Amino acid sequence: MAATEEEVVDTLASLAIFADLSRPELEHIAHELDEQYFPQDQRVLRQGLSGSALYIILEGEAAAVASGERVNTLARGDFFGEISVLLGEPPTADVVAIRPLRCLVLAGDQLERFLIEHPRVSYRILQSEARKLRNATRRKS
Amino acid sequence: MPHDGRAERGAAVVGVSSDPRPFPPGEYPVVVVGSGPGGLQISYSLSRLGVRHALISADDAVGGMFRRWPFFQRLLSWTKPYVQFERTTREFERYDWNSLIADEPEHRGLITGTMDGSSNYPSRPEMERSLAGFAERTGIQVRFGCAWTATRRDGDRFVLETSDGEYRCQAAVFAVGVAEPWRPAMPGIELAAHYAETRPVDTYASRRVFLIGKENSAFELATGFLPWARQLILASPSPTKLSITTNSLLGVRARYVQPYEDHVIGGGGVVLLNASIEAIERNGEGFRVRTRQSDGAGQLVFEVDDVIAATGFTAPIRDLPGLGVATVGRNKLPAQTGLWESASVPGIYFGGTIHQASPGLRKHGMPSNSGGVNGHRYNGRILARHIARTHFGIAPERAVLRPGEVIPLLLHELTNGPELWHQKAYLARVFAPDGSGGIVDHGVSPLGFFLDRGGADAIAATIEENAQGSIYPCLYLRRGGEVTEHVLPPNALHDFRTAENERALAELVRPLVG
Repeated sequence: MAATEEEVVDTLASLAIFADLSRPELEHIAHELDEQYFPQDQRVLRQGLSGSALYIILEGEAAAVASGERVNTLARGDFFGEISVLLGEPPTADVVAIRPLRCLVLAGDQLERFLIEHPRVSYRILQSEARKLRNATRRKS
Repeated sequence: MPHDGRAERGAAVVGVSSDPRPFPPGEYPVVVVGSGPGGLQISYSLSRLGVRHALISADDAVGGMFRRWPFFQRLLSWTKPYVQFERTTREFERYDWNSLIADEPEHRGLITGTMDGSSNYPSRPEMERSLAGFAERTGIQVRFGCAWTATRRDGDRFVLETSDGEYRCQAAVFAVGVAEPWRPAMPGIELAAHYAETRPVDTYASRRVFLIGKENSAFELATGFLPWARQLILASPSPTKLSITTNSLLGVRARYVQPYEDHVIGGGGVVLLNASIEAIERNGEGFRVRTRQSDGAGQLVFEVDDVIAATGFTAPIRDLPGLGVATVGRNKLPAQTGLWESASVPGIYFGGTIHQASPGLRKHGMPSNSGGVNGHRYNGRILARHIARTHFGIAPERAVLRPGEVIPLLLHELTNGPELWHQKAYLARVFAPDGSGGIVDHGVSPLGFFLDRGGADAIAATIEENAQGSIYPCLYLRRGGEVTEHVLPPNALHDFRTAENERALAELVRPLVG
C-alpha cells in the first residue's frame, strides 16, 4: 500500500540519510520527492541512457546488474543513481527490482539544489559514499 | 458494435430485459468502467479493433469530471483552431489538447466545433459538448446509471458487482478518473472545505481565504478569487513551481500565474507561504490556522474566514486494493506497468487520467502528459491494441515500408507526430526489419516497453526535452539485444527535417536494412 504523507515523513525520519532533519524539513522533502513503484523484474535505472535520477528505497529490494552480472543488492534505506547524476554521465549498470520496489525519486537536475539546501543530507550521502569506497578498497586488497 | 464490419471476438452471454440501456449485466470479454474521456477513448479504440466490451458508468451522461470541473469553468489546456494543418488531419492533434482521437478524419478535432472563439482554452461546457459529440458521432454506447460497487475474482474471470447486477470479464479497464477529493492527514483538516466544496465565488467577497496547496487547483481558485477575496494565503511545505520555469507541465500553468505575480511584486492581496500546516482550529465564525515555515523561521498563525483544501484528488478505485492492486504516491493511485496494467494484478487495466501513475522514464525529470486528455488519449489507443492482441489474438496489420521510405517518414513524425510531441520520452514510433528487405512500421508504443522488452533489432524514435528547455529528437537502436541511445540536435523552429538529421538517421537505420 502507498503510505500517507505522515507515514512517508515517519519513514524518511527512519532512513539514515535523513536522520538529522527536523520534521518541517522532512515534510518539505516528502513534498519534493515523488514516489514510484516498480514490479518485480522491472528495470529502474538503465545502463547507458541519459537523464536519470536519484532513487531512495522505501521498501523492497533491487539489484545492480552490469554486463549481465549482479554486482550489488540494494534494500530499504539504500540509494542509487547518484553517481550518474553527480558526474552527468549515463549509468554504468542497470538497477532492476528483484522484489516489488517502492522508491522516492529526485530528478537528476534537482540534485545539486537539493544537496545545497540540505547540507546534513549531503554529509550523510558523503559518509555513505565513503563506506562504499572503503568496502571496494578492502575487496581489492 | 464495431463500425468497420469486422467480426467481434469473444462471445457475450447476456440476459433478456426490457431495459433499453445497452450492456445488461452478464459476461463480456472486456468491461470498461467510466464515461469520461478515458473510458470513451478506450471504448472507441476497442470497437475499431473489433473487441466486444461493455462500457458502464455511474453517471447519467458522458463527460466524467468535465461535467462539473474546473470550478471556474474553463480548462487549462488549449486548442488552437487555426494552424498549419486542417482539423481533419492527424497532425492537427498536436495543437488540439482536448479532442479525443479518431481514425476517421471527420471525427477529428471535434472540440473546435464547440468553441466560441473567446479563448483558446475551451470552457467546461464546450469540453462536455465535444465529448458528447464524439460519443454520438462514433457510435459509442454507454450503460449509464450503472455504478460499479465491488470486485472479485472467479477463476480466470473478474466479477464486477454493480448497481444493475454482475459483470464477468477477462479484462477490466477502470477509467474512473482522479476526481474524488483527497485531503492529507493534518489536525483539523476536517474543518476545511475541499476544492470540490467551493461555494459560489461572490460568497467570498471581502473574506480572508486560506488555501492549503500551491498547485494548479489552488492557483485556479486563487485566480478566480482575486476580484473578491480581501486576502488570499496559499500554503504548502515546498515552494511553488511554475511550468514556465520547469519547462514542463510540472508546476502551475501559465494561465494561473497572476496570484504568483501579486505575491512576488508585493501586490498586497496574495501571500504564498512555504510551510506545513500544524493545526486548523475554529475561531468564532472563522478559523485559526497554525503553520510552521519550512525554512525554520518559526510558526505563523493566521486568522481567516475560510479554509479550502486544494490538495488534489484521488481515484475512486473502491475495493481494488483488497484484490491486491498496489497503489503509489500521496493520493494512492494504482501502480501500473508501462502498458497501464496493474503492477500487481494482471488483467486489471486503467484508463484516462489515472495513467499519470504510470510515469514512464521521466528522463531529466520531465513528466509525461498522461494526466491530461492530450496524453492519455494516445495511451488509450495503445492500451486497446494491447488488450486486443494479448487477450484476443487480434493484431492489426502493419505497414511494410521500403528502406527508402523510412527516413522521410521518421523526419515527418519527429517534426509533426502528435503522439511524440504530447508524450515526450514516453511514447515512441517503432520500426523493425521484416527479414526480407522491408521495414515494418510498428506504430506508436511506450518507450519504456520498447527499452525493456528486448527482442529483435529495431529502432524507436521519440521527442525528448530537458530541464533547460531544450527539445530534441532521440532515437534508440536495438541491435543484438543491446539498446543504444542517439540524441539528435535541437532546432530553433522544432523542424527536424534537416540534411544533418537525414544523414544521422541514415547512419542509424543502415544496420537494420543491411
